[in-house]
Amino acid sequence: MQNKLLFSLLLALALPLAHAGEATPVASDIALEERVMAVSAELRCLVCQNQTIADSHAELAIDLRNQVREKLRQGMSEQEIKDYMVARYGDFVLYRPLIKRNTWLLWFGPFLLLILAFGVLVVKLRQRRKAMQQAPALSADEHARAESLLSGTDKGVQP
Amino acid sequence: MNRFLLPLVAFIVLVIFLGVGLNLKPREVPSPLIDKPAPAFRVPQLHEETKTIAPEDMRGKVWLLNVWASWCVTCRQEHPLLVELARQNLVPIYGLNYKDKREAAIAWLTERGNPYIATAYDLEGNVGIDWGVYGVPETFVIDKLGIIRYKQIGPVTPEALRDKIIPLVKELNGAK
Repeated sequence: MQNKLLFSLLLALALPLAHAGEATPVASDIALEERVMAVSAELRCLVCQNQTIADSHAELAIDLRNQVREKLRQGMSEQEIKDYMVARYGDFVLYRPLIKRNTWLLWFGPFLLLILAFGVLVVKLRQRRKAMQQAPALSADEHARAESLLSGTDKGVQP
Repeated sequence: MNRFLLPLVAFIVLVIFLGVGLNLKPREVPSPLIDKPAPAFRVPQLHEETKTIAPEDMRGKVWLLNVWASWCVTCRQEHPLLVELARQNLVPIYGLNYKDKREAAIAWLTERGNPYIATAYDLEGNVGIDWGVYGVPETFVIDKLGIIRYKQIGPVTPEALRDKIIPLVKELNGAK
């Protein structure tokens, strides 16, 4: 029993050691790969335009991912890589459109529509309230008939 | 009357938007390289490995750079037009063979005719990326100062040649 416990304890202690020995080179690659993917997720694949080059399996996307990896290795910053791509493929290559004069409508258009719709709603509600306030009040007869309708004792209008 | 007018107007506006949308070409992304200096490269030639080719060699001429590959299906469609254009001697055409096997590319040109004065061999596709190539074929018009003046995305068509490329080449040749 004691031996078994000691054994498992040793095993548990040894496990991270063995792991660490193998993991070192992989870990640095993973860090790089994560950065490659992070940059790639910001860049549009021009072959399949609704995908980023991180998602796409198009040959151009693979080439561009390799370019990104190469440039990160050379120590280029993520912004520099994006600028490099924009210089070659235009603003369209950015998956998140820049906020500039010709994209204002794209970014703020939906909010504009929302405000517009809200304005229409407010105006309509006000009109309705006014119409209701101005509606003629019920006469005593009409009031009595409404009461009987609600209580279910209405006999209908006698012709 | 008013009840039907509003939905009708909304419908017509929608149809106009959809109609415009149908006629847009989202595949054709305008190149930011237009009116910018052609990106430099120096790569081996397709036919003669030991010789290189670079855009600065063409300084002083108006020229076309046609990006092509033997695996590219639409290149077959435009190729006869390029061969014909080369025969007319209007403008020197240079090729950029993009991500191709050398033997396959040479065989392709032997079979279909070679309109190119020389062809650059871009095995890795790095020149292509520098030039913002995202689909083959693409054709660039470069002026005497080495500035890119026009980019044809997709195959060169008889209309594009007649309406855009040839008039532009003539204009650029006339200009000093």
